[in-house]
Amino acid sequence: MRVVKAIFSHPSGRIGGAIVLVYLLVALLGAVGLTPHDPLMQYRIDRLHAPTSSYWMGTDLFGRDVMSRLMKGVGQSFTVAFFSVALATLAGTVLGLTAAWYGKRWDTVMMRMMDVLLAFPAILLALLIVTIVGPGTWTSVAAISIVYTPIFTRVVRGPALSLKARDFVDAARTFGSSRSYILTRHLLLNLVAPLTVQVTLALAWALLTEAGLSFLGLGTQPPASSLGLMLSDSRNLMEQAPWLLAFPAVAIMLSILGFNLLGDALRDILDPKTRRA
Amino acid sequence: MNYVIRRLQAFPLVLIGVSVVVFIAIRLVPGDSITAMLGTEAGLLTPQQRDSLAIYFGIDQPWPVQYWRWFTGLFRGDLGISVTYGKPVLAVILERFPLTLELALLSMLIALSIGVPAGVYAATRNERPADLGVRIAAMIGQSTPSFVVGLVLIYILSAGFGVLPTMGIFTPFWQDPLQNLSQMILPAITLGCAFAASVTRVSRSAMLDVLSDDYVRTARSKGASERSVIWRHALPNALVPVVTLSGIEFGYLLGGAVIVEQIYALPGLGRMVLEAILQRDYALVQGAVLFIALNFMIVNLLVDLAYAALDPRIRLEGR
Repeated sequence: MRVVKAIFSHPSGRIGGAIVLVYLLVALLGAVGLTPHDPLMQYRIDRLHAPTSSYWMGTDLFGRDVMSRLMKGVGQSFTVAFFSVALATLAGTVLGLTAAWYGKRWDTVMMRMMDVLLAFPAILLALLIVTIVGPGTWTSVAAISIVYTPIFTRVVRGPALSLKARDFVDAARTFGSSRSYILTRHLLLNLVAPLTVQVTLALAWALLTEAGLSFLGLGTQPPASSLGLMLSDSRNLMEQAPWLLAFPAVAIMLSILGFNLLGDALRDILDPKTRRA
Repeated sequence: MNYVIRRLQAFPLVLIGVSVVVFIAIRLVPGDSITAMLGTEAGLLTPQQRDSLAIYFGIDQPWPVQYWRWFTGLFRGDLGISVTYGKPVLAVILERFPLTLELALLSMLIALSIGVPAGVYAATRNERPADLGVRIAAMIGQSTPSFVVGLVLIYILSAGFGVLPTMGIFTPFWQDPLQNLSQMILPAITLGCAFAASVTRVSRSAMLDVLSDDYVRTARSKGASERSVIWRHALPNALVPVVTLSGIEFGYLLGGAVIVEQIYALPGLGRMVLEAILQRDYALVQGAVLFIALNFMIVNLLVDLAYAALDPRIRLEGR
């Protein structure tokens, strides 16, 4: 509760938080299908219709309502972003904690493996994975989570190493606390702050990567809608129907902006050392 | 120098790791490269023809043999033959690389020449409206995907001025510098936007840190002019994190900007890899990804070394 209060008294936290909340609502509405029109319904007579009172954001080449598709697309993008970041956080935390705790060979092997993954440019690695498994929502989730796992592993391992050497961990050991108790209670709980910041920023990147993959035709597959796909479709029509470009472009930008602002605010609040970074 | 040696030791290991991962990954892609290359005509091949093609491209052997052959070939500069281009992989890569390199350099130039002055300006006007304006602009820039910037730029040019950017052709710089720059400027701006935003943010915060340091106070109390304090005393030290950031970003850009190359139909490294993956051109994907990873690692190593040279604490402390 304290953190939520702090977020909303921080200027960029307030804006970022508000944007994220609005998006969550839109994503939820889109995901459960509460959209103004059916996002797949083709209103053939209203093809490429400019925004009006019945189609707030106009219609596309097939006469589908842009706003409904946008809402559905936001739901889609957020689903991919949330699941991929959740997976990457889980995997990265487990790998980073165990690497720090067991040290020695396990640590070396783990960190060299992460170095290998980090040597690939993110979008290339994602492309490779998507091509192996075939494009689709869950492939995007897997690809994005694999790409971001090394980052979480590093974020966890560093602080975990220094926590491990602290007196209170030694004390807990002497008192006979179990390994899993120390790992979860003493190490993990102290890592919540840096992890929260990382998760928020990673959500912004995940949205970006998902949009990029869909833009290249390797993410969400038509006729389902996603923001990247909508932008890619707008390419040949943007002079006749600029709304096809404008709305998805603003929607992608704002969603990433929201998480970036929120991440910045959280960093200020949770980590006073980097207040101005 | 402990740190440097450790970094250098890990280098070949990671590179071998990358080569193994790429080798296996591309073979996990469903479908075989001969069918992908010939399309429907592959159905017309007799089994003997298919076998001889497989032997020609070296994909008839079991994986470990193929890997060993490929790996030992690397030391002779032989990365195999591209199925789609029918040329040595290295030649195909080197044909595409100048464009990617130029694009990376141009966008870095744009990013630094906008980002550093903007960051310094904002830092000297900390918490005033001008600072706020720069920070908002940087935040928006950082949150805008390159393909949004690219599409909006194309839209503004075509709808506003009735000109379409040249696409699909690339004139090397040494052939016709003006023509080359006119083709590269839009993609470079597209990539440079987010890059400039990051540079702005980093230079601003680094500058703020440095401006509150003791030696800056000393310089001021000695009566140095504000201009000399900022540009001569503070900026050189504030540039350290900017160098790191630009290096890492540059390393990424050397891997080819798949999406921006796709939007402007530029024949760069990124698009080549995308096409090679889709064509299951094993040799080309392996070679190109290894080449990209190597570039990325070299740039990162240089950045780390530069950082270590600039900041003795890292050099002595180790990891």
